[in-house]
Amino acid sequence: MDAFSKIATALAERAGSAADAITPDTKFQELSLDSLDVAELIMDLEDTFSVTIDMSTLDGTVGSLVRQVEEAGK
Amino acid sequence: MRILGIGRALPAQAVSNAQLEQLLDTSDEWIRTRTGIRERRIMREETVTGLALGAAREALADAGLHGRDLDMIIATTALGDDLFPSIACLVQQELEADCPCVDLHAACTGFIYALDTADAYIKSGKARNVLIISAEGLSRVSDWTDRGTCVLFGDGAGAAVVGLGEGLLSIRLAAQTGRALLYSAAPAQSCPFTPQNGDGAWGIRMQGQEVFRFAVSSSARDLQAAADMAGLSIADADWVLLHQANMRILQSVRQRLGIDAARMPTNIHRLGNTSSASVPMLLYDLYHSGLLQPGHILALSAFGAGMTSGACLIRWDKPAPLNLRAPAETLFFA
Repeated sequence: MDAFSKIATALAERAGSAADAITPDTKFQELSLDSLDVAELIMDLEDTFSVTIDMSTLDGTVGSLVRQVEEAGK
Repeated sequence: MRILGIGRALPAQAVSNAQLEQLLDTSDEWIRTRTGIRERRIMREETVTGLALGAAREALADAGLHGRDLDMIIATTALGDDLFPSIACLVQQELEADCPCVDLHAACTGFIYALDTADAYIKSGKARNVLIISAEGLSRVSDWTDRGTCVLFGDGAGAAVVGLGEGLLSIRLAAQTGRALLYSAAPAQSCPFTPQNGDGAWGIRMQGQEVFRFAVSSSARDLQAAADMAGLSIADADWVLLHQANMRILQSVRQRLGIDAARMPTNIHRLGNTSSASVPMLLYDLYHSGLLQPGHILALSAFGAGMTSGACLIRWDKPAPLNLRAPAETLFFA
């Protein structure tokens, strides 16, 4: 499973929505996730991918988070 | 070291989320879902020193000791009524104590740092009985135009008298520089040789998401480390008491460490975030609920500005007080 699919699955689980409805342009807010939900999700992803994610570079979309995880994992 | 007595003092005025809705563009629902807070106590006529004194007197009475029996007073606070003298010095005379007095500043982790300091003095033979007072008046530091932070904080004081004994099983402290995450600048000053001293205004500034991550990760790490040092696991703790910063932090730590909700009491719904006072005040509520029994293992964890954090394990040996002042139904569980 690639990073996007893993992140979409984790997001869907947390938001209680369908993973296939999530695209890189989906905003966390559209998934009814507040700032602390996102912070907690990022902590989970850091554990899963063994990376450190800089939250200041995120623009509120799923795509920006996927890019961060991929960059940090290089 | 063991805990000989506990005390608490709160301002009389409770301020509900509904009252804050009248002052700020916020809502009860927003505050409750993001923090778990329903109301907090705010000082009117009370002072931080007065709260400290009230908590100290109750702790001494609970320990069956007099101020003259104290070998040291350590107070922790973000800001007392004055920049100096220290709160510890201000309460000394009222308590009729004759001993060294000092304020210790480790932000919200102050009580755990003070426990460690007291333990070191007791172990070294320099002190037998140490009074720790964590007294906070963050309502006077908050920026009441900032809806993101002022809704979080409340005022109050918790105190513990500690003495010789084997109750403290382990303790772990940590710190790392991180001003940008959470700070309150000193107010502007008038020195003619310095154009701009400090950031100019009171107010607690916080990067909420980053502080959340720090709090959850440091608390989980410290609790695990403290359990390892004691040769126990977190599952051995009958009660896990976290700094009452935010219900979401409590829940996240609880899930990460696999702690049963019934073992993680909280009073954040009634008192909000009271910085270093929150751990001793929650311990007071648990003690006065009658749920805390001799032989129980307590795990305490706090985290805050600095960034500082710390956790410890304590074997409790005091029977529940005869006069329970905090009925069990007033505690919630994370």
